Amino acid sequence: MSTKTTPTIGAGHDAAKPSDTSLKGVRAILEQSKNLSLLRLSTAGSVDDGKSTLIGRLLHDSHSIYDDQLESIKGKGQAEETGFDLAYVTDGLRAEREQGITIDVAYRYFSTPRRRFILADTPGHEQYTRNMATGSSTADLTIVLIDARKGVLDQTRRHAFIASLLGVPRLVIAINKMDLVDYSESVFGAIRQEFTSFAKKLDVRHIKFIPVSALKGDNVVTSSERMNWYQGEPLLRYLEEVYVASDQNQVDFRFPVQLVLRPNQNYRGYAGQVRSGAIAAGDEVITLPSMQRSRILSIDHWGIGAKPCSIERASAPMSITLTLDRELDVSRGDMIVRAHNVPKVSNRFDAILVWMSESPLEPSKHYILKQATRETLGLVESIDYKIDVNTLHRSSPTPLALNEIGRIRLVTKQSLFLDPYKLNRGTGSFICIDPTTLLTVAAGVVVEKGDIQSLREKEQPTVGTDLHRESSLLSRADRELRFGHQAKTYWCTGLSGSGKSTIARHLENQLFRDGIPVYCLDGDNIRHGLNQDLGFSPEERVENIRRVAHVAKLFNDAGISVICSLISPYASERAAARKVIGAESFFEIYMSTPLDVCEARDPHGLYKKARSGDIKGFTGISAPYEPPTNPDITLDSSTLSVEECVRQIRELCSRP
Amino acid sequence: MALAPSRSGGVTFLSLQSRSLSDPVEPELSNRPTGCTFFSMVPAANQTPSYLEQLEAESIAILREVLAQFDRPVMLYSVGKDSSVLLRLAQKAFWPEPIPFPLLHVDTGYKFEEMYSFRDSYVSEIGATLVIYRNETAIAEGTNPYDLGTSRCCSLLKTQALFDALRQGEYDAAIGGARRDEEKSRAKERVFSFRDEFGQWDPRNQRPELWSEYNGKINKGQSIRVFPLSNWTELDIWHYILLENIPIVPLYFAKQRKVIVRGSQLIPVETAARILPGENPEEVICRFRSLGCTPCTGAIRSSASTLEEIIGELLFTTSSERATRVIDHDQEGSMEIKKREGYF
Repeated sequence: MSTKTTPTIGAGHDAAKPSDTSLKGVRAILEQSKNLSLLRLSTAGSVDDGKSTLIGRLLHDSHSIYDDQLESIKGKGQAEETGFDLAYVTDGLRAEREQGITIDVAYRYFSTPRRRFILADTPGHEQYTRNMATGSSTADLTIVLIDARKGVLDQTRRHAFIASLLGVPRLVIAINKMDLVDYSESVFGAIRQEFTSFAKKLDVRHIKFIPVSALKGDNVVTSSERMNWYQGEPLLRYLEEVYVASDQNQVDFRFPVQLVLRPNQNYRGYAGQVRSGAIAAGDEVITLPSMQRSRILSIDHWGIGAKPCSIERASAPMSITLTLDRELDVSRGDMIVRAHNVPKVSNRFDAILVWMSESPLEPSKHYILKQATRETLGLVESIDYKIDVNTLHRSSPTPLALNEIGRIRLVTKQSLFLDPYKLNRGTGSFICIDPTTLLTVAAGVVVEKGDIQSLREKEQPTVGTDLHRESSLLSRADRELRFGHQAKTYWCTGLSGSGKSTIARHLENQLFRDGIPVYCLDGDNIRHGLNQDLGFSPEERVENIRRVAHVAKLFNDAGISVICSLISPYASERAAARKVIGAESFFEIYMSTPLDVCEARDPHGLYKKARSGDIKGFTGISAPYEPPTNPDITLDSSTLSVEECVRQIRELCSRP
Repeated sequence: MALAPSRSGGVTFLSLQSRSLSDPVEPELSNRPTGCTFFSMVPAANQTPSYLEQLEAESIAILREVLAQFDRPVMLYSVGKDSSVLLRLAQKAFWPEPIPFPLLHVDTGYKFEEMYSFRDSYVSEIGATLVIYRNETAIAEGTNPYDLGTSRCCSLLKTQALFDALRQGEYDAAIGGARRDEEKSRAKERVFSFRDEFGQWDPRNQRPELWSEYNGKINKGQSIRVFPLSNWTELDIWHYILLENIPIVPLYFAKQRKVIVRGSQLIPVETAARILPGENPEEVICRFRSLGCTPCTGAIRSSASTLEEIIGELLFTTSSERATRVIDHDQEGSMEIKKREGYF
């Protein structure tokens, strides 16, 4: 068998082999290779499915292994017809060769006349699932190997799921060891059917099935004559041709600032890598979190073979330096985006977390979060559920342990600038670092409500299936920019007579005078109109809160801040309101005025009636009040003046 | 620009296309960019950066990350071709500022004369700060690979010297030009690679490294080795040197040199060369594919005297870059052992 006798660029395909080895030939190859695209792929599959052999075969048959490298593995392992064990090509660590398994991700580089490849060879063993996730995080495509004799295994499902979770847009299912099942079409068909039905639960755009024998070389680089029933292309040709440029988000310009470059007084450049989208000189941008507007003065770039200069336009994934037409306070961790296309700015969000550490997640621990170029502390507020990666079923939300995956809600000290991972891998991903050990303990992807709907089994449809949402041409961000203000909801909760309505009225007045569009929703007033059909039973109280929360949400969407003044005695209902309105816009104001003071005030004589039994189910007397455990602000109107209460809330409002 | 409709439009289209998962994807369907189904958001002239531009952008982002995350970074400078590329990338990453960290050359005393002179002139030409560190004690004791063996010699003059240099300079990050395609154990390296208080690498317990989120957090005494060229291949390096016109040590170009032919190795006759009985120096047209210490770096027979000729040779070669590096072949997994101990 000939080894590397043909060039690396130009290998494997006769069509592009240079006719001569002269400089003209070299120049032609270089010219051609300059425009080659890059495909990042990863491999997955269970132990013994033949992953390393397949990669060895790809590298060997595409002439990407040097003679001395082959020489060093000759006679080791199980020598095949090639004279050496193909699997030995990839396993790099001594422990791996000793145990015959892959422990850590190994990166391989090869190329054909049509494409350059970076291949992440990831471990199949269950205990190294985290390394599999590492390999998938940057992949455009994942090859999942299946042993034709064994069919779809737990590990196959686990890996396919992790690949889909990490946003790998396409899977190649390489059904391997076809030589051991007599190249049977029906075996291939059955496995394909089984995987297809499983894959309906996954969020993967393209799935391609290829029957191969890595050991014998069938359908790896060249089409197999032993499987004439397979009409598709062999693996390598598919890898060369599959179109991946569309995976890059070219719409949403996101530029996390890495560094500020200040070589002299006259130059202030923001250095970074465009994570997605594109920008041109002169475009209007805003910087987050300050929300200040400016225009791109220059895009500075030192291109290959060029002199440093300003360029007209830049797109992902270029590393550039931006200057703005105004002096602004911008530093590392800030983000420059288009004025009318901003990510979500939030310190509370939902995510799916892959836990990668031997020590399980500690719910009360503040982990360091790294997202884009921003770093802050984060706390897992709740674990909604864990995902059993073998069945994709949800299981009980116990703290995550090594290799476990769960949907969680995070609250961070500083706000982050986030896009759903599905739309933007560059701004929808983050890692968690243990503040004590400094180890990377988890990888997370930002999800929107309903993102993994397909995984939910018993989700009650909240609207009829014939109902659709119409989306406005204007976003909330558009309105907020117009009003120069981020709409929020201030939710005042507390006993009757605790001062909610008084504070709400004065706060509304103050905000309005400060030029902020605001409206007060008073619980009693709403019960006269919208909610006049509701009484005070627990169910009706719940419905009362639900309606008020949705009205507040509509106001907020319209760009108007809302002050809600309701007793809202149940913690769960206030949490539900928070969810409806959006945690980042919701502020809980707890009026903690003691019961005896409230009762002494008794502005409407209700306490008296409750004590005498004329009113049933009165909060604080004959119905429970659950005080907030973690309100944004606590105010006791028996010790604080109205002005002081309003001042304190006003301070909260000016928080970013 | 109203961007949202285009995005949701793209998604709808795709879900229609991929209704049957098992069907092969028709190229003309999958070729349709998702970003522009209803509105033409992206100018038609939009070009995806080439792979070399992507590699460059990634390396620059890594270098900038180092400056942002560390207090005292340093860039290892070995005078070789990879170091030359690394230097150019650092110039680009911080331009119009000068390279914001010093260069560190761990000198064994066994380098080629041409490397020393190139180092001094090039570093001063680009205005970088150079720190040279030598394990003077070991050098004074006459440490050499002939008597101690290559692995002891490397351990004293390179690994130990590097460790001492990093400790003395209190550097918390050391940027190196190692590439994953060079050697098996390097294929397993992280871009940000953690080293404990003893400068040691634990390949079985590396920090997961996802996306481009690099974890540079360390306690005092620990450090991070950073490899911005991780994803480059030898050919990429040469291609980039050609396109960028980067100066390199003339040893890479073929000319007539005095060498000892020892088996398949061509050992350069420099001051440190030890000539065995029966060996006679010969004049051979040769060049060096990879540069290390003179006793341990073999030349290759070659007439390639320009960058294009070198690339041409590389395209047709059948042996790997490090085949001429004696130190890689002492024993099974020798690079891995050296790396664990703190070798770059």
